[in-house]
Amino acid sequence: MAETWLTIVLAGLLTFGIRLSFIALAGVWQPPPLFQSALRYVPPAVLSAIILPEMFIQDGAVVIFPVNPRLVAGILAIGLAWRTRSTFLTIVAGMLALYALQWLGG
Amino acid sequence: MTAKSLFLQGMKDAIPILVGVAPFGMIYGVLALQAGLSLAAAQGMSLVVFAGSAQFVTVKLIEAGTPWFVIALTAFVINLRHALYSASLAPYLQHLKPHWKGLLAYVLVDEAYALGITRFEQPGSRLQRHWYLLGAGVALWLCWQVSTAAGIFLGAQIPAGWSLDFTLALTFIALVVPSLKDRPMILAAATAGITAVAGYSLPHKLGLILAAAVGIAAGLLSEKLWQKPG
Repeated sequence: MAETWLTIVLAGLLTFGIRLSFIALAGVWQPPPLFQSALRYVPPAVLSAIILPEMFIQDGAVVIFPVNPRLVAGILAIGLAWRTRSTFLTIVAGMLALYALQWLGG
Repeated sequence: MTAKSLFLQGMKDAIPILVGVAPFGMIYGVLALQAGLSLAAAQGMSLVVFAGSAQFVTVKLIEAGTPWFVIALTAFVINLRHALYSASLAPYLQHLKPHWKGLLAYVLVDEAYALGITRFEQPGSRLQRHWYLLGAGVALWLCWQVSTAAGIFLGAQIPAGWSLDFTLALTFIALVVPSLKDRPMILAAATAGITAVAGYSLPHKLGLILAAAVGIAAGLLSEKLWQKPG
């Protein structure tokens, strides 16, 4: 339990540090342009690195066949997000698809 | 507008967003308990970290027995996008005292940033607008704490078989997919995703950090390759 609290406090300090970084440094230091363009790719890279394993990995291994409900529901959600740009629709339809596929698969 | 009315306006403008934040906070509370965190640690993380996506991933990693320094590093990488918000707001907050900067940094979650930057970019005097950002941040903070508590309260009654953890992937899909506006962005996302799947069995769950680095590098490289003249 002590290690859990250590993790929480450390993650909290790092998060706070990131959010404060440029606000505190304004007028003192400007980041190099390469760093600024690299930051643009942080959200898509990090979030995709979380999303794809959630879709592909089951119990520690890549599962495509037989039908992996999370993979199919995820692909459906990506299509919906692309077409509709609606957060609500993407999440609700994704969960309903997952339940339907899990139910069909027994 | 006075400081008080700006603060209240910020809170009011956050209300529609809270409808989406509250379920997410509740699901976090449920998952934290299912992962074996104590009541205090589950709520404590919402108070100390106050970052939805990083909290979800942290809980998963704690459950998997990941070493603390890898979890902290992963949370750092996930929240690195907040450096973008910090850089973007910095010019508007430069005149404030350090305690104000600290307070606003603490509540600078995705949604607070989105509301705040919209307000700061409007024409007119900007000297009091930090009150608006604070109002939005406080509303989001309160919602996150209360919904976490509600999730912790419900936690014991919701079976793990409901696959609620999948809402994390779906929320991120809803966030990322509409933001992929050009080829370098798509390439960064695809490369990072594939690397994360391929590197899933790397020791200490380091795959996510590696995947983020590879994705960012792919984005930067392809930007150079596809740069349009002018």
